Amino acid sequence: MGLTLMEGNEAIGWGAMAAGCSFFAGYPITPATTIYNTMLRLLPPRGGVCLQGEDEIASIGFCLGASMAGMKAMTATSGPGISLYSEQISFAIGSEIPIVIVDVQRLGPSTGSATKGADGDIQFLQWGNSGGLPVIVLAPVDVKDCYTLTMEAFNLAERFRCPVFVAANKEISMTRETFDLDALDLPEVVERRRSDGRRPFLPFGAAEGRQVPDFLPIGGRTLVRQTSSTHGPDGYITTDPAEIAMMQDRLDAKLQSSVSGFTHYDEYVVPGADTLVVAYGVTARAARTAVRHAEKSGRKASLLVLKTLWPVPEQLIREKAEPYTRVVMPEMNLGQYVRELQRVLPGKGIDFLGRMNGELIKPGQIQEVIQHG
Amino acid sequence: MDSLLNSSRPPVFCPGCSHDKVVHALDQALTEMGFSGEDVVIVTDIGCSGLFDTFFHSHAFHGLHGRALTYATGIKMAQPDLKVIVTMGDGGLGIGGAHLLSTCRRNIDITLLVLNNFNYGMTGGQCSSTTPRDAVVGSGFLNRLEKPMDICQVAGAAGAPWVGRASTYDDALVAELKAAIAFEGFSLLDIWGLCPGRYTRKNKLNPKGIAADLALLPDVSGYRKRNERMEYGRAYRQEAAALEAPSEPVRIEAGCRAPQRGRQEVVVLGSAGQRIITAGELICLAGATAGCHATQKNDYPITVMRGHSVSEVILSENEIEYTGIENPSAVIALAPEGVGRRSRMFSALSPEALVIRAEGIELPPTAARVVAVDFKAKKIKSPDWALASLVVLAHENRVLTMDMLKGALGFRFKKEVLEMAKAVVDKISA
Repeated sequence: MGLTLMEGNEAIGWGAMAAGCSFFAGYPITPATTIYNTMLRLLPPRGGVCLQGEDEIASIGFCLGASMAGMKAMTATSGPGISLYSEQISFAIGSEIPIVIVDVQRLGPSTGSATKGADGDIQFLQWGNSGGLPVIVLAPVDVKDCYTLTMEAFNLAERFRCPVFVAANKEISMTRETFDLDALDLPEVVERRRSDGRRPFLPFGAAEGRQVPDFLPIGGRTLVRQTSSTHGPDGYITTDPAEIAMMQDRLDAKLQSSVSGFTHYDEYVVPGADTLVVAYGVTARAARTAVRHAEKSGRKASLLVLKTLWPVPEQLIREKAEPYTRVVMPEMNLGQYVRELQRVLPGKGIDFLGRMNGELIKPGQIQEVIQHG
Repeated sequence: MDSLLNSSRPPVFCPGCSHDKVVHALDQALTEMGFSGEDVVIVTDIGCSGLFDTFFHSHAFHGLHGRALTYATGIKMAQPDLKVIVTMGDGGLGIGGAHLLSTCRRNIDITLLVLNNFNYGMTGGQCSSTTPRDAVVGSGFLNRLEKPMDICQVAGAAGAPWVGRASTYDDALVAELKAAIAFEGFSLLDIWGLCPGRYTRKNKLNPKGIAADLALLPDVSGYRKRNERMEYGRAYRQEAAALEAPSEPVRIEAGCRAPQRGRQEVVVLGSAGQRIITAGELICLAGATAGCHATQKNDYPITVMRGHSVSEVILSENEIEYTGIENPSAVIALAPEGVGRRSRMFSALSPEALVIRAEGIELPPTAARVVAVDFKAKKIKSPDWALASLVVLAHENRVLTMDMLKGALGFRFKKEVLEMAKAVVDKISA
């Protein structure tokens, strides 16, 4: 074993390569630029493609084209770029195009602060598309997660044919950190399921008992249709309400009904605790310290670290919160994911600690809430 | 050769629409060139030209308004042998202007057919980027205020090597389409036509008028020679093939012993050009040589070679949770810019903390032990002060040792740069 020093963004790049990423396109933006730099170094010498788009809209557009032509594609940006991606994200959701989208969050709103961290996009990532269908959002805590969750993101994008977000934060992405690369618990690489040609190919036709259509690439010997318009299984525009409803329901159900299979989390259970701290992203690190310090005091707390944020892992949250009288949620925003906790845990006392000043939430601040509410 | 038209979905446009003629001309061009549906992807934009893909029995990609060239670029890079044809209207051209310019500059092997009918047909005939100023359209007086653009001149100026104009009603249309499709590189054919549903209801335009208007425009054949160069994808693969494979991430095995146990926080305060970030990285690498975990957070402005530069490093034998600085063991103060950035930290330093201060740098009051170092007297230049400070730290047996530092230098630098770093170590140690 040895230690490797890497920033979170580099780890995202190496994780993407380990997952089989063959296409990257991005537009430079702090604090996501070093993902682009990493992919430019790693992809072309290995036969992959790394492009710099003329803007964010082009960058994700390149990815959607390449993904439909069979490549595993990733793009990376920050809040201002996610705003520009929005219409293309809706396209990827509705037209089932696998893509990994890294959002290295920085302090907003708008241009905000390029070099300050925040978790201000957590609701935006889910709801920043037209149509309101679910997406997958994974949130890394440290450099190890940057590597492994990026791999998971690719696997999920391939498996469910959908956009998968890695919700990083400047404070993870641009922080260098040591880790034991060879000791990482890496997932097996998943490839999208291809049509076996035993029945006529329908680009959006999910087989009996399945929720995700089999894939064939544009450019192969079987003709493939892709469209952003409301379509039936054959990829042609449909106006039939029953067919429209069937397609929408399937897009909703394929993720909502499967979330327990990709609910990533960590937990630190402290015996005798009456409080559960629920945290995600870089704030989970301060929460871990706070919980450790609180263990030596009168009012103990356990910690649940959520790494799958969307679809909301409701079952896990309910199960883990059940033994506790009280929940504390710290977030680097003014109260976003805590809304989900309030929704999932009605009647539970929930104390919220929000900061949006460009600084990390400190362990002492969380400990204060644990002990005094 | 069989037609590529989709027998189950015949073209449906408004009566008299020129798009219908272009669909058939494109089919004739493709069949005469010997293409079958599997060889071709038709990428369409939004608007009436966005219906094209459904009328062909080929690969098809219909996406967002103005973005067709972006998908086409991704597809072409992934499938270099596929013939990629994009159809868009004068509307898609305007909204996707940045993509048009960039595609021209790239010269990627895509054929763009602009179905130019001088208005937004599908939304009620509003003005587009090609609407004449004297036309009567659905945008009130607004088109009178904007000059229509000549697509071919814009594309040629942006670097497109194949640009051409054609009338839908010209006998040469099929030949022009074939030439555009056959070209290896980006080709753009500006196809003028009539929109009977909207435009020609209030504007007198007919095939003759189109021919007369086209004849007045400047010749664009010169761009062929001027913009001639290798196709983007081909050039990309040629460049990529010459690249060396990147080396695997370095693994650092523990061979040294850290001088202290527990969490050690170090803050390096300097200015741009003092290699503050590199010094922070060296502390991390030094930690790793002793099996310590490390984190490094940096703070610097957008300017290069001006302004503050701050690096915050934490070493610990345990995995590091919170990455912020709470109780520094050591502070290195090398420039007023950096000290100013963290001035509030000094009053909170503990008496056990060590501050290494470059001679001449003023500090806020602090309870920490301060060691002043006269780098100038030792003939060490400002860009080397941060490295020299790490040597002082090692001599104080604080956070790192000389063995750890030397190990770090070996991982970070090679050859001449390593020799120069070692020379700095020797100077400060003398």
